[in-house]
Amino acid sequence: MGRFWSLLFLSVPILGVITFVWSAMGLYPLERHWFPELVVADSNIDHLFYVILAMTGIVFIGTGLAMFWFLWKYDDKKYDGPVWYSHGSHMLEIIWSVIPAVLILFLAIYQMDAWAGARMRRPMLENGQPKPAMARVIGRQFEWKIQYPGNDKKFDTPDDLYTTNDLHVPRDEEVVLEITSEDVLHSFFLPNFREKQDVVPGMKQFIWFKPVKDGKYDIVCAELCGWGHYKMKGQITVESASDYRAWLEKAYNEQELSEYSLAEAE
Amino acid sequence: MSSITADGQATHAHTSGEFGVGEFISTYVFSRDHKVIGLQFLFSTLLWFLIGGLLAIGIRWQLAWPWSDMPVIGPMLFSAEGGQISPEFYTMLFTMHATVMTFLVIIPILAGAFGNYLIPLMIGADDMAFPTLNMLSYWVMWPAFLFFGGSFFVAGNGASSGWTSYPPLSSVTEAAPGSGLAQTMWLIALTCVGISSMMGSVNYMTTIIQMRAPGMTMMRLPMTIWGMFITALLQAFALPVLTAAGFMQLADRVFGTGFFVPEGLIVNNSEMVAGGGQPLLWQHLFWFYSHPAVYIMILPAMGMVSDILSCFARKPLFGYKPMVYAICGIAGLGFIVWGHHMFVSGMNPGLGMTFMVATMMIALPSAVKTFNWLGTIYGGKISFTTPMLFALSFVLMFVIGGLSGIFMAATPVDIFIHDTYFIVAHFHYVLFGGTAMAVFGAIYFWFPKMFGRMMNEPLGKIHFLLTFLFMNGTFFTMHILGAVGFPRRLADPYHYETFRHLLPMNQFMTICAILMVACQIFFIVNFFYSIFFGPKAGRNPWHANGLEWQAPSPPGHGNFDFQPIVYRGPYEYGSPEVDEDYYPQTQPPNERGDTDEPATMVNH
Ligand code: HEM
Ligand SMILES: [Cu+2]
Ligand SMILES: [Cu+2]
Repeated sequence: MGRFWSLLFLSVPILGVITFVWSAMGLYPLERHWFPELVVADSNIDHLFYVILAMTGIVFIGTGLAMFWFLWKYDDKKYDGPVWYSHGSHMLEIIWSVIPAVLILFLAIYQMDAWAGARMRRPMLENGQPKPAMARVIGRQFEWKIQYPGNDKKFDTPDDLYTTNDLHVPRDEEVVLEITSEDVLHSFFLPNFREKQDVVPGMKQFIWFKPVKDGKYDIVCAELCGWGHYKMKGQITVESASDYRAWLEKAYNEQELSEYSLAEAE
Repeated sequence: MSSITADGQATHAHTSGEFGVGEFISTYVFSRDHKVIGLQFLFSTLLWFLIGGLLAIGIRWQLAWPWSDMPVIGPMLFSAEGGQISPEFYTMLFTMHATVMTFLVIIPILAGAFGNYLIPLMIGADDMAFPTLNMLSYWVMWPAFLFFGGSFFVAGNGASSGWTSYPPLSSVTEAAPGSGLAQTMWLIALTCVGISSMMGSVNYMTTIIQMRAPGMTMMRLPMTIWGMFITALLQAFALPVLTAAGFMQLADRVFGTGFFVPEGLIVNNSEMVAGGGQPLLWQHLFWFYSHPAVYIMILPAMGMVSDILSCFARKPLFGYKPMVYAICGIAGLGFIVWGHHMFVSGMNPGLGMTFMVATMMIALPSAVKTFNWLGTIYGGKISFTTPMLFALSFVLMFVIGGLSGIFMAATPVDIFIHDTYFIVAHFHYVLFGGTAMAVFGAIYFWFPKMFGRMMNEPLGKIHFLLTFLFMNGTFFTMHILGAVGFPRRLADPYHYETFRHLLPMNQFMTICAILMVACQIFFIVNFFYSIFFGPKAGRNPWHANGLEWQAPSPPGHGNFDFQPIVYRGPYEYGSPEVDEDYYPQTQPPNERGDTDEPATMVNH
C-alpha cells in the first residue's frame, strides 16, 4: 500500500499544476477560468502574480516531489536498509532558512513599487497639485451612487450630475475617483481593472487607474454589506473622451429635465 | 475510587450498584479530571463539527443551484419562500458556518480536547494545575453553545454580518435582518468562548511550567506540548483585546455608544444618533486577536503532527530545537501582522508596506517547519497507518496554504484577490487541509489511549482517502475562482456578467463538498464502534516514546501507576543505544544493561 499512498500524494502537485496551467491557457472546459480581461494600462498586479506563481510553483513541486520520493523509498514494507538516526543538521537548516529568506526579501522589495503606484503615487496635475477626482462613488445599501462635479469641477454644487450604478470614464486618461459610503462598509471592486478598495463610512478615499479599452464592465461590491449584498451591481463604461463628454452632457440634460418635470408635478 | 491493574486497565473498586447518581455526575458530568474534560470537549466539538459541515452544504447548495429548492430540508425550513434559500438565510449560513468552525470546533478541539487530554499525560503530571478552573472552562462553553445555537431561532435566523462581524453592519440594528437579537447573542457567545479559552490558557501555562515530571526539561517536551504552550501564551495576550472589543460592540448596540459608528450615518433611511467612531478601529482590534488566533488554530496541530510523523517514520524529529524556535517565531511575528487583513480596508497605505514585510517574514519559520518535517521522514521506516496518512497530508496541504499566503501578503496582488475565493482557498487549505486533517490524525493516534481500544484501520484508510480526494476537489478549484475574482459572501455571484460562466465549476465543487461531508460516516461508524467493540489496546500500541504511552489505557484517576522519571527527549526512535527501535522517555539508560551502573537521572 505504501506505493499507492506515495502516488496519491504525488498526484497533488501534478494535478495542481495541470489545473493552473489549463486554466491560465484557457483550454476546454476551463476557458475564461483565469484573470478577467485586463483593461487598464497598469499590468503590475498580473505580472507580480505570475512572478509569485513561478516562485511558489517551484517550491510546491519541489516539496511535493521530495515527499513522494521519501514515501516511495522509505516504505517500511519495501525498504530494509538502516534508519538514518539523526537529530537534524545545522548546515541543511541554515541553507533552507537562508534561501527562502533571500527569495522573500526579493519579493518584498520587488513589489513595493507596484503598491506605491497603486496606492501612494496619486496622479498629479501639471502644476504639481494632486489630480482632482473625476467622480465620487458613494456606496449604500444596495447601490452605487455616482456623483460628477459638473462644469465648476466642485462637488456638492447645484450643477452636479447624479447617476445610479452607472459610471462612465474616458479612455486613455488617468481617472481619479473619490469613494465613500453612506451607511455600512462596501468594497468597490472592478475585476477587469484589478482595482479594489473598501468603502468606509466617514472616510474619503481616492483610487486611480488608466483605462485603455472601450467596453462595459461590472462594478462588484466585495465587502459584505447586508442581505442584498449580492445585488449591489453597477456598470462602468469606458469610452473615448468625446463619447464620454457627450454622455455627460446628455445625462445632465436628462437630469435637468426630470427635475423640471418633478417640480412641475409638485 | 479506582485503582489500576498491571495490564493497564483502570478498574473501579466498587460494583455498579454502589455507583450512585451523585458519583456519576461528579465522575462524568462535573468532572475535574482533565481526561474526562478533554473527552467532553471532544464529543461536543465533534458534534458542532457536524453542524458546521451541514451549514457549509447549505452554502454550497446555493452556489451550485442558486434559488432552487433545497432537497428535504428546504421545504421544512423555508416553506415561506417555497423551499428556496433566501439571501438573508444565505448570509446567516456563511456567518454561522465560519463562526461555528472557528470558535466551536477548531479552537476548542485543539486546546480544549487535545490540550486537556494530553498535557498532563505527556508531561507526567497527575492532572491540571487547577482542576476546578478546568472544569469551568468546559462548562462556560455551554452558554456559548446555547447562545450560538439559540441565535438560529430568534429574529433574523442567526447573526449575519460575517464571522468577522465588521461594524457598522453588525452594530447598527437597522442594517441587516440578523443584526438584531441574533447579533447580540453572537457577541455574548463569543465572550463565553473567550472566557473558556482564557481559563484553559492560564491552566495550560501553569501546568506546563510547574508540573512536569522529574527530568522533563523544557527541551524534552514533545512538540505537541510546545504547540499547546505557545498557543496558551497567544491566547493570554491576544484574547483580552477581542473581549474588550466585543464589549465595545455590545455597548454600541445596547447602550447606543458610538465606538465604531461614524458621524452622519444614514442606514435604511434613518439617521443614526451615535457617531464619532471609527469602523476601522474594530478591524484593528478584531484582527489583533484573530490573526494570532489563526496560529492558535494551527500550532497545536503542528505539534501533534510532529509527534505522529516521528513515531511512524521511526526516526527522531529532525531539528527539534529549530522546530521549537520556529513555533516561537511564528507566534511572535503573529502579533505584528494583523494589518494584512486590511490592505484594502482604507488603512494608511504606508502601514500596508510594514505589514507586508512582517507577513512575508512569517513564511520563514513556516518553511523551516516544513523542511524539517520532510527531513524527519527522510531515511526512516515509514509505516502508512491512518494517523500517519493524515499527518503526511497535513504537511502537503499546509505547503499549499502557506504558499498561497505569499500571494496575499504581496500587497498589490491582494488588491485583486482580497475577499475573493482565493482567500477562501487559502484558509481552507490551512484550516481544513491542515488543522482538521491533523485533528483526525490525532484522534486515530490517541484513540487507544483515550478508550483503551484500537480503531479499525481499513475503515480509517477509506475515511482518509475519500476525505483527502474530496477536500482537494472542493478547495483546490477555489484558487481558480479567486483568479477570476469570484467574490466570497455573495448569495448569487452569477448576478454579475463577469462570473456567470463559473457555475459549472461551482457545481463540481459542491458535489465534492457533499461527498466530503458524506464520507465522514466512515469516521463516525468507526469511532463509535471502536469505543465499544474495538480490539483492546495495550499501554503502548504504537511503540511510541511519550510519557502518555507508559500510563494505562485508558489512564485511571491520577494518570500514572508509577512515578514517571524522564531520561531523554520524546523522539528517540531508532536509537543505537537500545535494541528496539524506540526508547521511551521513562526507560532508564542502559536498562538492559551493558554496565552495572545504577540508573541515574540525567538532567541536561
Ligand atoms: C499558519 C497557518 C495559517 C492559518 C491558520 C491562516 C488562516 C487564515 C485565515 C482564516 C484567513 C482569512 C480570514 C478572513 O478574512 O476570513 C487568512 C488570511 C490571510 N492569510 Fe493566512 N493563515 C495561515 C498562514 C499564512 C501564511 C504563512 C501567510 C503568509 C505568508 C498568510 C497570509 C495571509 C494573508 C495575507 C491573509 C489576508 C488576505 C486577505 O484577507 O486578503 N497566512 N489566513
Ligand atoms: Cu455593498
Ligand atoms: Cu492573518
